[in-house]
Amino acid sequence: MLYGYAGTILEVNLTSGRATKTPLPENLARDYIGGRGFVARLLWERLSWGTNPFDPENLIIIATGPLSGHLVPASGKTHFGTKSPATGGYADSNMGGHFGPALKYAGYDVLLLTGRAPRPTYLFIEDETVELRSAEPWWGQGAITSEEGLKNELGDEFRAITIGPAGENLVRFACISHDFGRQAGRAGVGAVMGSKNLKAIAVKGTGGLPVFDVEGLFKKSREAYEKVKAKPGFTGWTPEGTAGITDWVNEVGAFPTRNFQTSFFPGYKNINGRAVVEHLKITDKGCFCCPTPCGKYGKAKTGLGEVYVEGPEYESIAILGGDCTLGSIEEVAYANYVCDELGLDTISAGGVAAWAMECFEKGIISEEQVGREIRFGDLDSVVYLLEKMAAREGIGDLLAEGVMRASATLGHGSEEFAMHVKGLEWTGYESRNAPGMMLAYMTADIGAHHNRAWALGHDVAGSAASVHDLISAGGSKGKLAKATVAGKAGRVIELQHIRPLFDCLGVCRLQYMELGFEVENYEELFFRVTGRKMSWDELLEVSERVWHLTRAFSIREVEGFGRESDYPPPRFFQEPIPDGPNEGHYLSREELDILLDEYYAGRGWNKDGIPTEETLRRVGLCDVAEQLAQGR
Amino acid sequence: MELRAVHERCSGCRACELACALANFREMNPAKSALGIEGRFPAPGDYRVHLCDQCGACAEACPEDAIALQNEAYLIDPDLCTGCLTCVDACPHGVMYVHASTETPIKCTLCGACAEICPRGAIVMEGGA
Repeated sequence: MLYGYAGTILEVNLTSGRATKTPLPENLARDYIGGRGFVARLLWERLSWGTNPFDPENLIIIATGPLSGHLVPASGKTHFGTKSPATGGYADSNMGGHFGPALKYAGYDVLLLTGRAPRPTYLFIEDETVELRSAEPWWGQGAITSEEGLKNELGDEFRAITIGPAGENLVRFACISHDFGRQAGRAGVGAVMGSKNLKAIAVKGTGGLPVFDVEGLFKKSREAYEKVKAKPGFTGWTPEGTAGITDWVNEVGAFPTRNFQTSFFPGYKNINGRAVVEHLKITDKGCFCCPTPCGKYGKAKTGLGEVYVEGPEYESIAILGGDCTLGSIEEVAYANYVCDELGLDTISAGGVAAWAMECFEKGIISEEQVGREIRFGDLDSVVYLLEKMAAREGIGDLLAEGVMRASATLGHGSEEFAMHVKGLEWTGYESRNAPGMMLAYMTADIGAHHNRAWALGHDVAGSAASVHDLISAGGSKGKLAKATVAGKAGRVIELQHIRPLFDCLGVCRLQYMELGFEVENYEELFFRVTGRKMSWDELLEVSERVWHLTRAFSIREVEGFGRESDYPPPRFFQEPIPDGPNEGHYLSREELDILLDEYYAGRGWNKDGIPTEETLRRVGLCDVAEQLAQGR
Repeated sequence: MELRAVHERCSGCRACELACALANFREMNPAKSALGIEGRFPAPGDYRVHLCDQCGACAEACPEDAIALQNEAYLIDPDLCTGCLTCVDACPHGVMYVHASTETPIKCTLCGACAEICPRGAIVMEGGA
């Protein structure tokens, strides 16, 4: 008996409509735990080498973890894996909300999608019943509008994920939406859904989950909630959620501004967490079993109209606010809503818009090409670009490719400030004076994403303090010294195991990261749920295995993948930051090489960033080592 | 004692539903809870907590007199209940639930597990120990 898990993998071939249910393999649960671990292993095993991301043969793997759906703080995480249309390599993107728990109550730990539906379709799951149904009424509709329509038709108790027009139109950074404002945002998972003519999935589950020690778990769960409530961050961090870090990031000179031209946005107090609460918020909106809801749902009124929107959370504030330089929280929220409804990742879409506006400023693209004048700080310009890219109309067809491909097409030096790694646009932390964070972005497996290793706190404070402690201590009051480069790799590697471990377990990391809820609690809860006695260090070994596996996947799938895939764009190693607390700082190419050399050595990878056979064998990936060596 | 909802504090996490099912059935299954959280999205963008206030409408409606007041809570006597579901229709708050695995409807026992777990103070137990 696999306690904690629902026990079944549901595979649906969208071409034939055939649904297959197979028992969850015990060795998969043992060696990969769940969530991101399941995604990584199943992608390696099940995807044919060299599959195009938009081929019907590409897979979408939706995976929960053993703690998903249990009475454990923030157990709503669900992972979406595929071969990324943005990077061509490994992708997993996760979201909170309520979808994963519902999938487990319906009886499934993993939903594996293959093929391509012959017409617009949605997948209906109600416990044992699995059906493909017509999505014609919603094709072309927004992601939020479609979710509302589905719930009106099926009932409020169904949990749904949807894509918007951006996903249908294969925008390479289209997201998957859920619960009117949560997204699996990154790496183009929504575009792969669109390529399969799959508009939505609706799930209702009425079954229970097997628990190793129900009485013990119920007791420990109640204690866990009390411990979270006793943390200073419970009352200090939660009211503003992730948006509450906006001031600190500006004060330490790490806030993306004007397409990362600089790292400080003078108007940051107009778009911070307090502004969200005072000007937008109607209610806190939490994910499943979350005691510290970072979601703030509200209403925003701008010259373009009035909208209901969840957020904006920190990443959207950083990219739509700072990077596109929208000056008021209402404008940021409006642009956030437009992204949500169109099914665009706010981070990538905002980054693409910022890049386009800089190209326009520099005369690299003309008013004639764009169809109008566009400029930083102008909501009309940003919304215009978002709508064009989602529809792939005019200039939008180029922008829908993402900054890596668009800049390669456009040329004229636009590659220098195309802010991405591996083809995925950069998220909300400018890192020219944060070497650990820079290295984290350079080596994150899906591209320039922050959540695999948020090392900025360590760069700034030199400690493993919780985010609440960092914010409480405040940012800098003046100019900052240049950061030390050597010795950063160890902490980055450590974080790359810790944070993705939460993604294997199926719980959110924020109680740990933001509030300092201790990791020992998860050892205990994992034991009561699954019956497996594993120390945190033993769990981390699984996370390390997954890290090497995702690297191996991208080496397998992306031609020439290696060291050159790990550098940031030239802006970050050629241009000193022009103003703000980190004025004058940047990391030279030589300094980036110090970071990479230390990192590869710490990882057991060769100088080109390829895991050695010895390393793969050490972490239990003997078959991966053999297949990579044989080239199949 | 009585359960009271403070709707504006609810963030929709549904920990209450799991705690209810654990306390009353020892099962990790929110479909077997005796309360419900309604998210009203996209507009007006808020939550409503649907709780049993022990009004007794179920007991009045029951043709078998299978529901009776015990220690401030109306409880279903499984020996008398025939599963006719008249009480489910009669409940003015829509908080008597049906599940395929139970022979009787699922009803609040005023155990307080929901109020205890709620991290937001959106469900409170009032007027007693």
